Amino acid sequence: MEKGATIKHDIKKASKTGTWRNVRPEIEVSGCIGCATCVKYCPDACISLRKRKKDEFIEGGKATENVAEIGYEFCKGCGVCAEVCPVKTISMKKE
Amino acid sequence: MNKQLTKNFAPGHGTCSGCGIPAIVRNILDVSEDPVVVVNATGCLEVTSTLYPYTAWKVPYIHNAFENAGATVSGIEAAYKVLEKKGKVKGKINFVVFGGDGSTYDIGLQALSGALERGHRFLYVAYDNQGYMNTGGQRSGATPYGANMTTTPAAKGDIGNELDRKDIMEIVAAHGVKYLAQANVFNIEDMRAKAKKAFETDGPSFLLVLQPCTNSWKFPVSDYVKVAKLAHDTNYWTLYEIENGQYKINQYISNPKPIEEFLKTQKRFKHLLLPENKKALEKIQRDVDFRLEKLKKKTGE
Amino acid sequence: MKHINKKQDTKIALTGGAAAAEALRQINPDVMPVYPITPQTPIIEGFAKFEAKGKVDTDVITVESEHSAISACVGAVAAGARTVTATSSQGLALMNEILYIASGMRLPMLMLVSARALSAPINIHGDHSDVMGARDTGWVQIFSENAQEVYDNTIIGMKLTEKVHVPTMVIMDGFVTSHSVENLEVLIDRSVRSFVGEFKFNQSLLDVSNPHTFGPVGLPDSYFDFKIEQEAAMDKVFEEYENVADGYGELSGRHYELFEKYHTRDADHVIVAAGATCGTIKDVVDEMREKGKKVGLLKIKMFRPFPYKQIAKALSGAKNISVLDKSMAFGSMPPICSEIVMSAQISNLKSQISSYVYGLGGRDIFAKDIENVFENMIKGKKMKGVQYIA
Repeated sequence: MEKGATIKHDIKKASKTGTWRNVRPEIEVSGCIGCATCVKYCPDACISLRKRKKDEFIEGGKATENVAEIGYEFCKGCGVCAEVCPVKTISMKKE
Repeated sequence: MNKQLTKNFAPGHGTCSGCGIPAIVRNILDVSEDPVVVVNATGCLEVTSTLYPYTAWKVPYIHNAFENAGATVSGIEAAYKVLEKKGKVKGKINFVVFGGDGSTYDIGLQALSGALERGHRFLYVAYDNQGYMNTGGQRSGATPYGANMTTTPAAKGDIGNELDRKDIMEIVAAHGVKYLAQANVFNIEDMRAKAKKAFETDGPSFLLVLQPCTNSWKFPVSDYVKVAKLAHDTNYWTLYEIENGQYKINQYISNPKPIEEFLKTQKRFKHLLLPENKKALEKIQRDVDFRLEKLKKKTGE
Repeated sequence: MKHINKKQDTKIALTGGAAAAEALRQINPDVMPVYPITPQTPIIEGFAKFEAKGKVDTDVITVESEHSAISACVGAVAAGARTVTATSSQGLALMNEILYIASGMRLPMLMLVSARALSAPINIHGDHSDVMGARDTGWVQIFSENAQEVYDNTIIGMKLTEKVHVPTMVIMDGFVTSHSVENLEVLIDRSVRSFVGEFKFNQSLLDVSNPHTFGPVGLPDSYFDFKIEQEAAMDKVFEEYENVADGYGELSGRHYELFEKYHTRDADHVIVAAGATCGTIKDVVDEMREKGKKVGLLKIKMFRPFPYKQIAKALSGAKNISVLDKSMAFGSMPPICSEIVMSAQISNLKSQISSYVYGLGGRDIFAKDIENVFENMIKGKKMKGVQYIA
């Protein structure tokens, strides 16, 4: 046991809060404008911006350079991202 | 996982689904240009982020007790001053306290007052969710009039909490603190700008951040930003700052929505919309208007 | 080391409180949160003068309560600072919650306690109610008989706490010791500073490149184990105390043990007591010894951790033992007496044990009272229940 219960961060010991989820956010990339609104509000910092891939340019879609990408390991499925998305390109799907 | 936003505070913590506290913590720490040491009062953030053997904190962190974050940071800052003078510690470090409203308005007010008065250099961030949420939603000195809380339940003929919130900003300001500001989790850019100013302050600084609690305010877990924004749009929670005694409203809502728009999003206020509680509702609107007028006067408008 | 320094030591007259302040000046701690309470105030006032004159590098924090004093200590030590404070009575009671946190976090710190009665009714005079109220908080507790011991224990306690990472209380009797002027020998500054050495803490909060989390949540799957660990740390205190006290004995010529045996070797009748009254008891023992009476004193120094076996061994020859407590444990036996009964039980002693309470709220105890306690033992009187020397 650590002296005085003083511990250090180790992500391997983290509980995978993704298991809490019963709905999952999914991004329709063609509609994503890369504004990062979802990024800043996500309680679990699961969302990052990444470069848009070539095959993600869909006709009529917003061809911004960046798009949001969700990591599901810690995503609790709260739906804040879908709620704040200004272009409603994130939707919550049953697990 | 977002690398930039998790460099100080990682996921794997157990805050409720849809809680806004982590966004407050991450964005405030992210603004600091110097290394940070975090002091955390007992509360939601503390119990959810440090469940042995895991800690979500990637920066030095201490939780002492509920009521003594102000005193704890005083000891740390004093240690820093001495050890820096002795050459044992190098470079500037920012000291940040996170406490809920219970540990700020109520049980920890004395320790906070002492620390402010003594002028230690630290930023105190109160995430204000207007009650004791970690213990199940009891009334605190930050709970608004009319809220249905577990220790002030609403019933027929009983409005729920009959007391008004304490004005913690004025209490802190009375200590001669050079920089303090009211922020709202919905407006992250404003909050970040305020945190930046706070970190540049020589001496104590204070941020009061509104943090809607999905669990106790009772709204859907997806809605903390929406509820927080309504607090802003109704002038219920005005964004302002006090810098060297000068008041400044950061964002002014000239045609605010009626307070019902904010109240009706939360079940804690559901009873207020009943016809029998019309007077209470009017009082709440009157108070919102009065607070804004008072604030405007202080800005010299 | 026993040598040169000794020659430079000086004899001075100081109160117990001033002796503590002097030892603290020589130690030169990094941080000292202070809050006034009678009869502790002379310690912090004495130290504050040193700070004002630039004789120490300490940051004295004038906090707004004892609760904040001990809370600031926790923060300062976690930040790697050598940290001390002082209190009494209600102040110690107010600190109670954080005493457990300091020990649970295994943070070394030193606290001087000028022991005083607890309210109600309010009473500023000396007894041991306050420190006994803190006896299960996981702190080392060392009693001092006089100003000399206050001085010595302060230096020993500082080194000990940093070795064992168990916070340590050095106790003096309020007023009787804290405010009475006595002659004592003090070491030269250099000797004290090299004896206590430098405080090194490898988990400091200020070491931002090596971040630690202090004070996490421990659920049923871990909390218990941390408490067992804490108790194991307490067990190690005896050995480390002996090492530190031996080193101090070489330096100062004053040798201390976990407790003091005063004519106990061949004594049939032994009083067990702690603190300032032991001085008077020693005088009575001397007088009665002159009359050929086989009496002795076992003076408690280290009360936490309690050296059960060692004390039982020292008491093994006694037919009668009378324990003098300067506090009560309402609804149960007085604190020191309880421990002596337990010592006797562990080692199957057959001694007759009697319990006396004296001195509450600063009430005087006289040589005659102590003589009576011895006489009762000599006569083989069986005392029923707790006796009050009131």
